Amino acid sequence: MKRFLAFVKKEIQHIFRDTRTMLILFGIPIAQILIFGYVVKNDVKDVQIAVYDQSKDEYTRQLTNKLTSSGYFNLNRELKSMKNIDRIFKEGEVKLVVVYENNFSKKLHGENNAAVQLIADASDPNRANLITNYSAAIIRDFVKEEFNIDQLPFQINSEVRMLYNQNLASVFMFVPGTMALILMLVSAMMTSISIAREKELGTMENLLVSPLRPTQIVIGKVTPYVLLSIINAITILILGVFVFGLPIRGSLTLLMLESVLFITLSLSLGIFISTMSPNQQVAMFISLFALMLPTLLLSGFIFPIENMPRVLQWISVIMPPKYFIVILKNIMLKGTGLAFVWKETLILGAMTTVFIILSVKKFKLRLE
Amino acid sequence: MTNKNIIEVENLVKKFGKFTANDQLSFNVKKGEILGFLGANGAGKTTAIKILCGISAPTSGKVSVAGFDAVKHPERIKQNIGYMSQKFSLYDDLTISENFRFFGGIYGLSRKQIRQRTGELLQRLDLYDYRNRILRSLPLGWKQKLAFSVAIMHDPQVVFLDEPTSGVDPITRRQFWELIYEASEEGKTIFVTTHYMDEAEYCDTVSMMVAGQIRAFGKPRELKEEYDVASINNLFIKLARN
Repeated sequence: MKRFLAFVKKEIQHIFRDTRTMLILFGIPIAQILIFGYVVKNDVKDVQIAVYDQSKDEYTRQLTNKLTSSGYFNLNRELKSMKNIDRIFKEGEVKLVVVYENNFSKKLHGENNAAVQLIADASDPNRANLITNYSAAIIRDFVKEEFNIDQLPFQINSEVRMLYNQNLASVFMFVPGTMALILMLVSAMMTSISIAREKELGTMENLLVSPLRPTQIVIGKVTPYVLLSIINAITILILGVFVFGLPIRGSLTLLMLESVLFITLSLSLGIFISTMSPNQQVAMFISLFALMLPTLLLSGFIFPIENMPRVLQWISVIMPPKYFIVILKNIMLKGTGLAFVWKETLILGAMTTVFIILSVKKFKLRLE
Repeated sequence: MTNKNIIEVENLVKKFGKFTANDQLSFNVKKGEILGFLGANGAGKTTAIKILCGISAPTSGKVSVAGFDAVKHPERIKQNIGYMSQKFSLYDDLTISENFRFFGGIYGLSRKQIRQRTGELLQRLDLYDYRNRILRSLPLGWKQKLAFSVAIMHDPQVVFLDEPTSGVDPITRRQFWELIYEASEEGKTIFVTTHYMDEAEYCDTVSMMVAGQIRAFGKPRELKEEYDVASINNLFIKLARN
């Protein structure tokens, strides 16, 4: 035990002596969570619109008011003709142009029918879709309020409620995703690099010749990173809750336990990577390519897994962060307990076991 | 010097698949003896050292180091040997005393022992005043001497040195051999591999490995007479060619 502690102490000295490591360990997580939280957003907010009002009457003015007072849209400018629309979009600021037809009020009263044209900049198709949906909904709403009559004899009203994230804030989606990404990267990359470093420098030989057992070496390597990753997880949660208003509706203890499980998994992955890499560079590249990109793309962090081609869906099944993200969202947003995430927990546990067994096997093989 | 055998090897064989890296090695090394373990690259020296250090198991044969069987008690052997490899084997980003503390720690020395041994060894090297310097900033020759001191810190019975002097200047090489002699006088058995044949002349006994076998084993002077060569260097070339 004393030997083991001497080893852990040395590891900690390595970490604290190297400013680059410290930066990766603590700077990057905080920077990432803030960047993802503030920058990467799907929310419709303060979208710049232009209005070409050909009738300028009571209703069109009210409608424009309703649009701009919704918080989603800002009136950027009023247009005098249809001519400039193309140029406005090319300038890039305005994302939506609303065009009212001539004699809007008159038509609405006389024929019960008036037309509004919504022209969106679809160079970003998802966003264009979102914007036109929002504006169309506001217009529908306006008609309903204004005339307050159910003209059709039969009508089906669909009442939509968004549970667990009423405002559809994308932060709710990105914080769990970022947490998975960071824990994965920090734990796996740092351990794989630090083990590969011992190999590269030749100090690994000295360790193997010493009375330390291989398991002691591996656990000694990993222990400081477990502690640091837990600190990271807590930092991310605190930022998520206090800066972005993320709820933690479920049990905090369960949340922490699941995080520790995921950290252990990432660390065992890191050890596994280190057994395959002869030096630090290789360890870093494998960690980046094998972990970061798949975590970003295939874990459901940014893109919904259900929309992926079948083959990619199959691949996503073996992505550990996928399950951790599901667990996080369940506990934090839905407030569910272990009863609802036991399957994911089990999968993470199984993956951890597999990687540890594989690493130990490879580690022994190398000794032969 | 007593006549006690510290290393006993009998019919050691190590095979990797069909390739035989060590073929029927048999030799003994006495307490306090300096054994020069020579051979061309790929002759099987490193494989033999790994087996003697207890990190690799022999395919067959009997190996005992410091009184312990290498197959049954490799962990007992590890506690009783020191090891220094050709690759510089201390941590560059730690200070001298942190390195001593770490290696003392993993060999189970108490805090007091570590402090005492560190003081002794550093004073012998005249480096005590530099104990809080980060290793990276020190010249290679110093580092090699420090690595040797770390290897003998826990007072091992046998010290394995795998090309300890590769890449150091002649003066440092000479100083390094003085350290080896001192350790040998304290009764430590030294097992050293080298490619410098002048160093082989300093050894009590040399062993010459060719293609997995020990072709010559004995005192340098006797071997030179036996094979009628002027130096160990010539002996090496003569044996390695045939």
